[in-house]
Amino acid sequence: MELTLWTYEGPPHVGAMRVAASMEGVHYVLHAPQGDTYADLLFTMIERRDRRPPVTYTTFQARDLGGDTAELVKRSIQQAVDRFQPEALLVGESCTAELIQDQPGSLAHGMDLGVPVVSLDLPAYSKKENWGAAETLYQLCRGLLKDLVPPPGTAKPGPERWKQENRRPRVNLLGPSLLGFRCRDDVRELRSLLADHGIDVNVVAPLGARPADLIRLPAADANLCLYPEVAGPLCSWLERNFGTPVVRTVPIGIGATAQFLRELSSLLGLEPPELREADRSSRLPWYSKSVDSTYLTGKRVFIFADATHAIAAARIASRELGFTVVGLGSYSREQAREVRAAAQELGLEALISDDYLAVEQAMADAAPELVLGTQMERHSAKRLGIPCAVISAPLHVQDVPARYAPQMGWEGANVIFDSWVHPLMMGLEEHLIGMFRHDFEFVDGHFSHLEGASAPALQPPATAAGEAPEVTPLSATPEGGALRWTASGEAELSRIPFFVRGKVRRNTEAYANERGVAEITEETLYEAKAHFSR
Amino acid sequence: MALTSTLPPVLRESGQREVFCGLTSIVWLHRRMPDAFFLVVGSRTCAHLIQSAAGVMIFAEPRFGTAILGERDLAGLADANEELDRLVGDLLARRPEIRTLFLVGSCPSEVIKLDLAKAAERINTRMQGRVRVVNYSGSGIETTFTQGEDGALTSLVPLLPSSPDPQLLIVGTLADGVEERFLTLFARMGLESVRTLPPRQSTDLPPVGPGTRLLLAQPFVADTVRALERRGAQRISAPYPLGVEGSCAWMAAAAAAFGIDPQRVAEVLDPLAERGRRALEPLRRKLEGKRLFLLPDSQLEIPLARFLHRECGMELVEVGTPYLDRQLMAEELPLLPEGTQLSEGQDVEKQLERVRASRPDLVVCGMGLANPLEAEGFATKWSIELVFSPIHGCDQAADLAELFARPLNRRELLQWN
Ligand code: SF4
Repeated sequence: MELTLWTYEGPPHVGAMRVAASMEGVHYVLHAPQGDTYADLLFTMIERRDRRPPVTYTTFQARDLGGDTAELVKRSIQQAVDRFQPEALLVGESCTAELIQDQPGSLAHGMDLGVPVVSLDLPAYSKKENWGAAETLYQLCRGLLKDLVPPPGTAKPGPERWKQENRRPRVNLLGPSLLGFRCRDDVRELRSLLADHGIDVNVVAPLGARPADLIRLPAADANLCLYPEVAGPLCSWLERNFGTPVVRTVPIGIGATAQFLRELSSLLGLEPPELREADRSSRLPWYSKSVDSTYLTGKRVFIFADATHAIAAARIASRELGFTVVGLGSYSREQAREVRAAAQELGLEALISDDYLAVEQAMADAAPELVLGTQMERHSAKRLGIPCAVISAPLHVQDVPARYAPQMGWEGANVIFDSWVHPLMMGLEEHLIGMFRHDFEFVDGHFSHLEGASAPALQPPATAAGEAPEVTPLSATPEGGALRWTASGEAELSRIPFFVRGKVRRNTEAYANERGVAEITEETLYEAKAHFSR
Repeated sequence: MALTSTLPPVLRESGQREVFCGLTSIVWLHRRMPDAFFLVVGSRTCAHLIQSAAGVMIFAEPRFGTAILGERDLAGLADANEELDRLVGDLLARRPEIRTLFLVGSCPSEVIKLDLAKAAERINTRMQGRVRVVNYSGSGIETTFTQGEDGALTSLVPLLPSSPDPQLLIVGTLADGVEERFLTLFARMGLESVRTLPPRQSTDLPPVGPGTRLLLAQPFVADTVRALERRGAQRISAPYPLGVEGSCAWMAAAAAAFGIDPQRVAEVLDPLAERGRRALEPLRRKLEGKRLFLLPDSQLEIPLARFLHRECGMELVEVGTPYLDRQLMAEELPLLPEGTQLSEGQDVEKQLERVRASRPDLVVCGMGLANPLEAEGFATKWSIELVFSPIHGCDQAADLAELFARPLNRRELLQWN
């Protein structure tokens, strides 16, 4: 039993819904009580979909439990097939139905439905949403393709067979799904990137695919595993059974996009991409080199996201923007190994957790100047008064913008530059306004441009939004003795930009403790500053 | 009751429902009682439901949470009980400001027969009065949406002190401002002894006894009423305080139950009613003759339909309700126009077919259905907003009507050429 206040991921059947709702011609019969129909709003409200997800719920009630819930399941399946005439049917259960063991999958297999049926076994008490999405995509493809798997020993077609077949090379884009971060735009960006390199797209799945498209998956020369959280198991299975090689580099950021193109070209036997392509195609390299960006140097960033976006963000932040990554973590346990490796490269220990309070604590301890995270970190960062950009699911309606805003490819790098640097600029502006707040022109109330944030120089940001014990800067020494800030010390501290103020306060207190100083004056603060900048 | 015979037979549906479960009511109950914590004992689905219904993560540490059952808890109930005690212990240690802890049952906890009443007893003994622990079920196999509040309030009834004194007890959550307004108005009529359930502090429980008369602010508190009646209270039969008519009748019924001079009541209410109707007038012009379809969701559908028809002139195409409680609707049903088609329960696909066939001007529905219906060309109003907004009382009648007029106004405002 585990106490959860806010969760990063829903239950695994929500992952299955993401796959079903992403596709055309697929219907999902879910054995579940009525309350579970809340999941529809994830699609109709957050993604603003114009249709309901293709899901039929049995909505069994307590009074059904004594009787024949299996009959109810069969009735629901038959009605769903009659009404929606799907090309493939997914059948599964949510947490409660798992306990009553009606085995809806076997029931469906026992019916004469005339459509391919894939039974989903998604353990609700041990697995979560992304795992459920990956398992569903894999089971669905396996169900549709298993009779087409060549017998063992058959020669696998090479990734260069397009040359013999006298056609352009073609690849599958695997993993984009609804409720994934910017998937819709990433697909469009990658389509154009691949087209520029003479590569065709065979199938995109699950987003926009029909069951018949999944049957064409093995016709690709390579699979691009764009979101390993969703497409990892499918890519491995296709590689093992059909010999389709996988490109696992996720093209988010300049370096990763270039690396992705190099890998793909060499795999397919294409000319290597031109070296200056990045400079020609994206503004990020020049914007980052331009003198205006000097102030970005060494900015402390804290990153927490799904594995795909956390790893990508760490690479961009450290190599392409000159930030210092002070924390890196992910809630994707299935990809923990990759996140740990990325953290290690930066001399950090990865935080793998789905407890947002632990993440908030780690954030506070790292005293970052910028947070790159999910909506949860956005709220934590707001409480701590730190600028934040959202880089990953779980989604809020704001994360599905009307404009074209990919993360992948050259345009994705442009979007990332803008959306990460913008909150920093806002922070800087906030500081400037704070510095001039004693000038007579300053009118109270014209203080903050930051959405909902409190005026940071006037009021400690930590007291702004939350209601219960907040993560606040330490105010007692580790030994338990009280440290006191004198008026001059506090005044000096308030002159420090709010986004580093927490760190300066902490350092000064540590310094004071070390020296046994009980009162912190402005001099103590400067002594500490000199001490730590050695 | 004789009047209801003019209604055609209720359409009883038993297909797929598209309604939240009772856990959802935690979203407003935890705001009503800031010193209480709602701990759902359930699954990741339950946690995700509340999070999705609550919308945004506003609080660092909200006053609700989910004890998510793991495989080990399912394997042995002994372990599950031990785990629950440990988890509650940690929670209460971390959150010393909590005075009342609601253990909220879910479908999984009900199915594995985890005894939360026993758990509450155990923890109560251990906490020795520092915190009061009660339990109820908000599970989707037993409760819909607003019914969760009924469970929560019922669980408080045994804790209410006894008192034989005459008092009016308003049952069901009202917005704080609305509640204050009602108290002021009752005081003007000379009715001073008025209490509310739920109270604003979970420890400030109203007494109950033979002198207590119950006035229902919400139509979904049937079990609470029965429990209070067992403690000697008597229910005042009245329509619900939605709209000018409903609100006046509701207050007047309470005043009558305490023998207050009708003259005095009229002196207080008449000017209010007059003003309320004046405020409603422009909205009535907007809504008059517009056809309304209510899908079952909040259990407020019948009183809303009554208000929108009688005071705003809307035509009722179908009035759906998750369940029809004839006793608690006894004053409402006769006020519906002749021929109103009521439906109880749901078969969502069939109901949507009826929506498409009847082409109403406005559909009241849950959040899962709103955008798809908008995309099909229907104006919609989400019902969940009705349980979060101050909509009760004469002074709120125009605001309530405005909630329904807004989607129609918006459609007229938008132009694309
Ligand atoms: S319907 Fe049952 S399982 Fe689903 S969220 Fe509600 S209580 Fe939990």
